[in-house]
Amino acid sequence: MTGPTTVVRDAVPDGARTPASPAVTTHRGRAVADGLVMTGRYLRHVVRAPEEIIIYFSLPIMFVLVFGYVFGSGMQVPGGGGYREFLLPGVFVMTMLYGIGATATGIATDTGRGVVDRFRSMPMARSALMTGRALADQVRAMLEVTVLVVCGLLVGWDWHRGIGNALLAVGLLLLLRLALSWVGMVFGMLTPNPDTVSVIVFPLAFPLSALSNIFVAPQLMPEWLGAISEWNPISATTTAIRELFGNPGLGSDSWPAENALLLAVAWPVALIAIFAPLAVHRYRSLGR
Amino acid sequence: MTTYAVVAEGLLKRYRGGATALDGFDLHAPAGGIYGLLGPNGAGKTTAVRVFATLLRFDAGRAEVAGADVRSQPELVRDRIALTGQYAAVDEVLSGRQNLVLFGRLQHLAARDARRRADELLEQFALTDAAGRSAAEYSGGMRRRLDLAASMIRRPSVLFLDEPTTGLDPRSRNQVWEALRSLVADGTTVLLTTQYLEEADQLAARVAVVDAGRVVAEGTPRELKATIGADRLEIVVEDGGRLADAAAVVAGLTGAAPDTDPDGRRLRMPVTDGVGALVGTVRALQDAGITVSDVGVHRPTLDEVFLELTGANR
Repeated sequence: MTGPTTVVRDAVPDGARTPASPAVTTHRGRAVADGLVMTGRYLRHVVRAPEEIIIYFSLPIMFVLVFGYVFGSGMQVPGGGGYREFLLPGVFVMTMLYGIGATATGIATDTGRGVVDRFRSMPMARSALMTGRALADQVRAMLEVTVLVVCGLLVGWDWHRGIGNALLAVGLLLLLRLALSWVGMVFGMLTPNPDTVSVIVFPLAFPLSALSNIFVAPQLMPEWLGAISEWNPISATTTAIRELFGNPGLGSDSWPAENALLLAVAWPVALIAIFAPLAVHRYRSLGR
Repeated sequence: MTTYAVVAEGLLKRYRGGATALDGFDLHAPAGGIYGLLGPNGAGKTTAVRVFATLLRFDAGRAEVAGADVRSQPELVRDRIALTGQYAAVDEVLSGRQNLVLFGRLQHLAARDARRRADELLEQFALTDAAGRSAAEYSGGMRRRLDLAASMIRRPSVLFLDEPTTGLDPRSRNQVWEALRSLVADGTTVLLTTQYLEEADQLAARVAVVDAGRVVAEGTPRELKATIGADRLEIVVEDGGRLADAAAVVAGLTGAAPDTDPDGRRLRMPVTDGVGALVGTVRALQDAGITVSDVGVHRPTLDEVFLELTGANR
C-alpha cells in the first residue's frame, strides 16, 4: 500500500518540497513551532480587528474612572491611604479576569466554525491551538497591563517598593492570566457558539470580581462574605500585588491575607492543573 | 494489483444520541481519479468523510486512507490528506493570503515557501485581487475557492471534498471542477460527496451510492445506470393510426411487442445495441411506409438510479 504516497511525493510542487527546517524536525520542536504560528495568528487578529481589544480596554478604564472618582470619595481603605492607590491593583486583576471572555470567544469562534476541522485534519501538533492561544493571551495581557499602568500613573497611582517588586507583581498578573486562559478555553469549547459565550462568562466573572477585595476591603464586609472574599483566587493575586507595589489596603491578619503571595502562585497553578487537562480532553473529544 | 486510496470495511458509527450514522459501511476507492459518494441528506456521507479525515472516531470496523490505518496511524493519514468540508474552513478575520500562508506554515513549509505557494494558489483560483481582504468579506464562491486552495497547499495524496459545490453559482462551480481535474491530473485521488447526480456523473470515474449508513451500489456511472435497466429506444410516428402497424414491424424485428402509448403516438422498447437498433428499426419502418417523426435512445439517468436505489425505505 505504498502506491499513493509515492505518487504524492512526486507531485509535490517545488515550493512545497522544501524540507522542514531543522527547528521543526523533532516532535516537541514541531509542537513549539506550530504553537508559535498559532500565536502569530491570534495576534494578527488583534491587528486586523482592533475594535475587540479596545472594547476589552474600555471596561477597566471605566472602572478606574467610575470607582476612582465617583464612588471613590465615599470609599474607606483600612489602614488609611488613597482609594485610587487601593483600587488600581484590583483593576489590573479584574482586567486579567475579564480576559476569560476574550479567550472563550476566540476559541468558540474557531470551534463553532469549520476552521478547527482543518486544523485537526492537518499534520500539525494538536496542542498548537491551545498553546498558541495561551501565549497570544500573554502578549495581550502585557499590552493591557502596560496601558493600565500608564492610566494608573495618570490618576495618581504609583509603585513604591522598587522596580523589581513591581515586575514581580506583573509576573503574578501574567500567571493569573495564564490560568484564566485555560479556564476560558474550556468554556469556549463547551459553548461552540461565540454569541452565547458572554452569556456564560459574564455571570461567572462578575461575582468573582464583586466578591473579592478589588473594590472593597473584606474587613468592611459582613464576616461570612469577607471570608469568601479573602479566599477568592482573585483576591489572593490582588493582595499580593498590593503588597509588592506597596499600595494600601492590606491590614487584614487572616491566613489568606498573610499568605497572599503563596496563594497568588498556588491558585493559578491549581487552576492550570485542573483546566489545562480539561481543555485538552475537550479538544480531543470535539470529534466524537 | 489495484491500489486503493480509501478502504473501509464494516465501519460502524453511532452518535451519542443513539443515531446510527454508519452501519456496516464498506468502500474500496481506487487510487487516482475522482470517486463519488452519492446519497441523500443524512445518508452518512459526511460522517464517512469525517471518519476518513481522522476527525471522528468510529465504533467498529477498519479504515485505511492513503495506505495508513485511520485508527492506529492518524498522524500519517493527516500528513497525506486534505479536507474541504461543507462549511468553509478558513479564518474569517485573516485575509485570503494570510489564511493560505498560515495553513502552509502549519504544514511546515518555510515562511518564504508558504508565501510563494499562497501567491500561486491565489492566482490559480482567481483570488489575487481579493488577496488582502478579510475572508469574512468574501462571497460564498470566493470562500469556497479559498477553502479549496487551502487544501491544495501541499498536494495531498487523497483530497476529501464534502459537497464542494453546494450553493455555488455555475461559474464558481466550473472553477472548482477545473481545479479538481488539474489536481487529479497531478496524481491526487479525490473523494467527493454530493447530492448532485450531475456532478457525480460529470466528474466521478466511479460512484458509490450511500443510503442509511451503507453503500448500496457501486460502480462506474454507466454500470450503475445499467443496473436498473437497459437503454430504451423511443419512436414517435407521424400518423397515430399506424401505431399498431409500427408495433407489429418492431415486434417482427425484436421478437417482443413494444410498449405503445397511443396518446403520444409513441413506441418504447428496451434495446441492448442502442444505435444499431435505432438505425435498423427506422429503416424497417420506412420500408413499411410508416413515417417516423422522432426517434431517440434514452439511457437511464443517475437520477433514476438514485431514486430506485434509495427509494426503497422511504
